[in-house]
Amino acid sequence: MSKKQKKNLIRILIVMVMVIALIFLPVTGWIRFGLYMIAYLVVGYDVLIKAGKGIINRQPFDESLLMAVATIGAIGLALYEKSGDYNEAIAVMLFYQIGEWFQGYAVGRSRKNIADLMDICPDYANIEGENGELTEVDPDDVEIGTVIVVKAGEKIPIDGIVVEGTSFLDTAALTGESLPREVKPGDEVISGCINQNGLLKIRTTKEFGESTVSKVLELIEDAGSRKSRSENFITKFARVYTPIVVYSALALAVLPPIVSLLLGYDASWPTWVYRALTFLVISCPCALVVSIPMSFFAGIGAASHHGILIKGSNYLEILSQTKTVVFDKTGTLTKGVFEVAAIHPKDIDEKELLHLAAHAERYSGHPIAASIRRAYVEEADDCSIEDVNEISGQGVTAQINGHRVAVGNKLLMQNEGSEWKDCHHIGTILHIAIDGSYAGHIVISDIEKPHSAQAIRDLKRSGVKKTVMLTGDRKEVADQVAADLKVDEVLSELLPQDKVENVERLIHEKQSENDVLAFVGDGINDAPVLSRADIGIAMGALGSDAAIEAADVVLMDDDPLKIVTAIRISRKCLRIVKENICFSIIVKISCLLLGALGIANMWYAIFADVGVMVLAVLNSIRCMFLKDVQADE
Amino acid sequence: MKKTYKIEVDCANCAQKMEDAAKATAGVKDASVNFMALKMKVEFEDSVDENAVMDEVTKACKKVESDCEIFR
Repeated sequence: MSKKQKKNLIRILIVMVMVIALIFLPVTGWIRFGLYMIAYLVVGYDVLIKAGKGIINRQPFDESLLMAVATIGAIGLALYEKSGDYNEAIAVMLFYQIGEWFQGYAVGRSRKNIADLMDICPDYANIEGENGELTEVDPDDVEIGTVIVVKAGEKIPIDGIVVEGTSFLDTAALTGESLPREVKPGDEVISGCINQNGLLKIRTTKEFGESTVSKVLELIEDAGSRKSRSENFITKFARVYTPIVVYSALALAVLPPIVSLLLGYDASWPTWVYRALTFLVISCPCALVVSIPMSFFAGIGAASHHGILIKGSNYLEILSQTKTVVFDKTGTLTKGVFEVAAIHPKDIDEKELLHLAAHAERYSGHPIAASIRRAYVEEADDCSIEDVNEISGQGVTAQINGHRVAVGNKLLMQNEGSEWKDCHHIGTILHIAIDGSYAGHIVISDIEKPHSAQAIRDLKRSGVKKTVMLTGDRKEVADQVAADLKVDEVLSELLPQDKVENVERLIHEKQSENDVLAFVGDGINDAPVLSRADIGIAMGALGSDAAIEAADVVLMDDDPLKIVTAIRISRKCLRIVKENICFSIIVKISCLLLGALGIANMWYAIFADVGVMVLAVLNSIRCMFLKDVQADE
Repeated sequence: MKKTYKIEVDCANCAQKMEDAAKATAGVKDASVNFMALKMKVEFEDSVDENAVMDEVTKACKKVESDCEIFR
């Protein structure tokens, strides 16, 4: 509770006691009025002042003004009718204040909860001086290449490479993954992770502003500026609704009495003025303007707690309508860690074939290249490697010790003018040609992620109609994986540009405008597809700026179950938003009608205002809680 | 040039009003207020004095919402 909230709570309690005391106090006339006025001013002075300022600054239709007019009007009526019933005015003001207080408290609490969930921002970095003493500095002032020291229990403030020490890192705050990661000298580490045990010395590779933790925080803070359709609707609704109700209130106070007078009946001014005041109390659209943005904020907060970054409430909204999910295969549904499964040379020996392939793939960033290099560890020998040429979707060619070596798929062999032999093994087959003649092939296979099949099944259960897998890999491999995982449609042997075309075709095939197509990729070379899809989800994107840039939703680790979690959070959040919109509008409109007919008095009105707001806020807090999708055993 | 300021405001509606007021201020290219994070992000026009513009933004915000605060 802030100081202001404490003060307001005390005010509310004092006035409650005063009102109860006044009911039993046998005073009448002006003394009674005076005592009630003291209570009224204690509870409502700030509202009155604010209303006055609003008029001076020409900002009418402010809720303070509405409350001020309604309560002063009610007091005026009580004086006019000599009923001495000032309770109503005080009660309206009191409940209004209780509502405001509660709203402030609830918003503050959820703000704090969400901030705790995202507590990844480091406050300082340790720099070692000449004599080994540590000085704490602002992470902003640390230059690239500085060696920083991270003690056990501290957060890594800036991205870098470990130069000394080994430890386990807790990445939970960033990825939602509870398993600690082991790091040793030479490993890249990202800011925001917590160093669990050892002492680490890290050479920074980025400035603080460019580090993962800054990027992530910026993303979350910016999320609020991309407003969803629901939020825009509410802003527009509030803009139209409040003036309409205020003018209707005015009409209600003036027109019926005048008509009655003209028809020769009694004007009964007090009745109509009272009804108009009731109208004013109901008119505040607080329930909506508070609860809707809060639902989205809570939803985005909950998602980031699970290691899912959603770049804006609009994406949360789009995500909830996902009907088709298109996956990239490698690195998304499969581990993307290829292993050499078999070596089938034609004339040369196995080791020599692997040796040449490893050399050709020396500079390639493709996952297959990495696995070949892993299989042949003594790759860095004194062979001469020149003229390396990587052909997207085909493979690599290079001059090794004066021979032209081509390593790649069938297409490359065709272009090299070499024949090739297929293999009975299921996997990715790397054909190798030396100087245009076939030298054999290496079979590499990729492993499906343990949760892929479950993720696809759970997506179906969560209302996704169709799952599609796109891959540049061979048909046999793709079909095998698709059958294992029960993917509905599979398209294989695609070049990067074919993926965009296929996603466009799938978008055209959608049954209705509102259906959404999501593309999930690992962010490596599928940026165009990520941005073409209705919503692009990049996974395992920790530390990859390009993927974070191109995607709308970023999964920090590479567990496909997180896609299910993200969609569930979005569905729950949107359901709550809809509940709040319907509930608030229905209650408000029915209270307005009942008020106009004279059935609902000011007590109903205050319920329609404060009660609905409290319920809507409580409901929106539910967005924060969602159980993780549990992995099957 | 973009800058982020911490703000203090009580309700979401008021935050919206502040955003509109800030956007309408001369020298401000774009502005957005994140009520839940209590942050105001202001993008300035080229070659303006940020401090002077922020004075105007604060004035405009105080006008629409008397008890708001922008921390600089």
